Amino acid sequence: MKLLTGNDLGSGAVTWWTGNGWSIHVEDAADVGEHGEATLLAEEGARRVNAPYIIDALPTEDGPRPAHIKDRIRALGPTVRTDLTLKPADPAAGDWII
Amino acid sequence: MYKYDNYDQAMVDARVAEFRDQITRRIAGDMTEDQFKPLRLMNGLYLQLHAYMLRVAIPYGTLDSRQMRMLAHIARKYDRDYGHFTTRQNIQYNWIKLEDCADILEELATVEMHAIQTSGNCIRNISSDQYAGAAADEVTDPRPWAELLRQWSTFHPEFSYLPRKFKIAVIAASEDRAAMRLHDIGLELIRQDGALGARVFVGGGMGRTPMIAPEINPFVKADDLLSYLEACLRVYNRYGRRDNMYKARIKILIHEIGADEYRRQVAAEFAHVKTLGIDPPLAELERITAFFAAPAYDAPDVEPDRNDPDFAVWLDQNVKPHKQAGYAIVNISLKPIGGIPGDATSQQIDVMADLAEKYSFDELRVTHAQNIVLPYVAKRDLYAVWQALRDAELADANLDLISDIIACPGLDYCSLANARSIPVAQKIATRFADMDRQRDLGELKLKISGCINACGHHHAGHIGILGVDKKGVENYQLTFGGSGAEDVSIGKIIGPGFDEDGVVDAVEKATEVYKALRQGDERFLDTYRRVGLAPFKEAIYG
Amino acid sequence: MVEFRYRADEVTEQPSVTLDAFLDQSNATAVRLEPDDDARALIPFLDRLTLIEVAFPKYRDGRGYSAARILREAGYQGELRAQGDVLVDQIAFMRRCGFDSFAPESSLNPDAVARALDNYDHAYQGAADSVVPIWKLRHG
Repeated sequence: MKLLTGNDLGSGAVTWWTGNGWSIHVEDAADVGEHGEATLLAEEGARRVNAPYIIDALPTEDGPRPAHIKDRIRALGPTVRTDLTLKPADPAAGDWII
Repeated sequence: MYKYDNYDQAMVDARVAEFRDQITRRIAGDMTEDQFKPLRLMNGLYLQLHAYMLRVAIPYGTLDSRQMRMLAHIARKYDRDYGHFTTRQNIQYNWIKLEDCADILEELATVEMHAIQTSGNCIRNISSDQYAGAAADEVTDPRPWAELLRQWSTFHPEFSYLPRKFKIAVIAASEDRAAMRLHDIGLELIRQDGALGARVFVGGGMGRTPMIAPEINPFVKADDLLSYLEACLRVYNRYGRRDNMYKARIKILIHEIGADEYRRQVAAEFAHVKTLGIDPPLAELERITAFFAAPAYDAPDVEPDRNDPDFAVWLDQNVKPHKQAGYAIVNISLKPIGGIPGDATSQQIDVMADLAEKYSFDELRVTHAQNIVLPYVAKRDLYAVWQALRDAELADANLDLISDIIACPGLDYCSLANARSIPVAQKIATRFADMDRQRDLGELKLKISGCINACGHHHAGHIGILGVDKKGVENYQLTFGGSGAEDVSIGKIIGPGFDEDGVVDAVEKATEVYKALRQGDERFLDTYRRVGLAPFKEAIYG
Repeated sequence: MVEFRYRADEVTEQPSVTLDAFLDQSNATAVRLEPDDDARALIPFLDRLTLIEVAFPKYRDGRGYSAARILREAGYQGELRAQGDVLVDQIAFMRRCGFDSFAPESSLNPDAVARALDNYDHAYQGAADSVVPIWKLRHG
């Protein structure tokens, strides 16, 4: 599957295209199939996202898992500061990255 | 320390207003990201993996307690309560919002700080010796010269769209604590026939093509220096490569045309530029120098009581001799075992500010090894300083030891990185946590970069580690034999790479070979240089 | 199209020729420099040129800033025009390097240009304009 991701223009937060908007949770990300480029251009033009790009991901039971480690780190947060990730209460959350 | 006059303050204030306007135009859609990017970069604002990252300049690594407290305040108010001190003597905040950025810069401006030219293809923050003004071996204090260069390079109209970034370091001691010859321009201040001037080295750098800067001029007089640098930069701006960003640094130009030809072109350009009257009179350097007058030393020359063994270890490892009797230079390690190299919490930053105010004539320094220095501590106060540092978890006695690791933020934070650096640093430091073991290994500079851009200075590590992406998996190459000091050299890759645990094991094996082969008081680097790679390779791959 | 011009004299109507063409048939009074042209080649002819146009195909390519200063330092008094990918936030530096007219590819907001030119009262270093560097103000 293919995901569309980028950062929020104002806050800089990592965001994922959900099909009709943006979420900070990769679990909400939608498969953009072959239509990612058009959404990317429209959303970037409307400044609803900054520096967007399309990535490969694998669908899993827990939601999409980005194919590259860089995007998994983006999705969760720094592996060396689990307290600053999106799942600070889950010490094992980092296992999903590696 | 330098204090802004009305002109300096007006420049920084105007910059804040200008960037506020640029941010407003970007958010309103009057500028594309492509147009905005060089503008935000020239204000130190990157877009990284998780958020915007703001790099605040700490000119030549010098700051006072008020400025240090402001750094803590920014961390608390606008970031996640910590900051990261960098190999360029700056500080980075990892979780900044674009919409807060102008307010942050406005707050920084109230304490004579800014983020000007901390990124972009322009002349970057001038770096220097962290012991400047305190070192026994210096010819003069390099900081007034660095400040002169800071002002000359700030908003330089001709050199703000160079082929690539441009880094200048200034030192004034025979011991090079600033990796001077690994900069685009390295200046070593020397005295010749009674007059101060600069030995000029051009074309050093790390990155994907590491090079040691050749000497381009053995002596440039103080009142010719800006014209000479202007000539160096103009030749680069006109003829540096712009077809390939990986070949755009000045080191490639000098490598391609040769140091002699570059020297000739600069000399011709200098002969012209010198007629333009761009050099300030020596009175300007004297004006700046007056701000860096020695503090009012008044402490008796007493040796501290070494009864507390932990304190004694710290004294031996982290405290360095001072040019003034009765005083010492204190290094504060930001490398706790298992911690993140260079990170400090806002509370720790405040503690360091308090200690500077109380015990170091209100001054601190940031080192390129991502540590902090209190440059003027009376020996009678060392125990009190150590106790306060210990209480703040800042008393690790590992300066220049194997756990005093330089590491870039790596793939945990950086959008350019190919592999994580910090976890490798943490594992190595933890493996060598035993203080006696570390001290037995002696000076061993280990440096880790998470990509070929070499922000972690791996080329200059006695042991260097470079993280690469091997088909989506992190892989680490080892280099041996680098040095960023006066015995400057570029490390060599020793063989195939390793996974994260494998590289930690390989480092440990290397230290065992060193222990077996060392003679006298040889450091790891000395032994490696004497015996060569073979015995290390045998132990690691054999 | 020239959008901003900071000169009192008349606009030159003659189209500019390339540097090679100029050096070949040297009766032209307007010439256009590309980024890799050597501005110094024009130095013998400066007194009969009324327009030198410096091309900025990409704003990131800063060679034109050096070209402009070299021409002004050599005494060129005619119109010095920045043409191409010229953006609001480059114009102040370009003015300091000696450009006095601007032909941006994409039209610029005049208010934003005025703000950009007005933002700094002083400058640290001498350049090709008449701004007195701060060190000189400090030392009279």
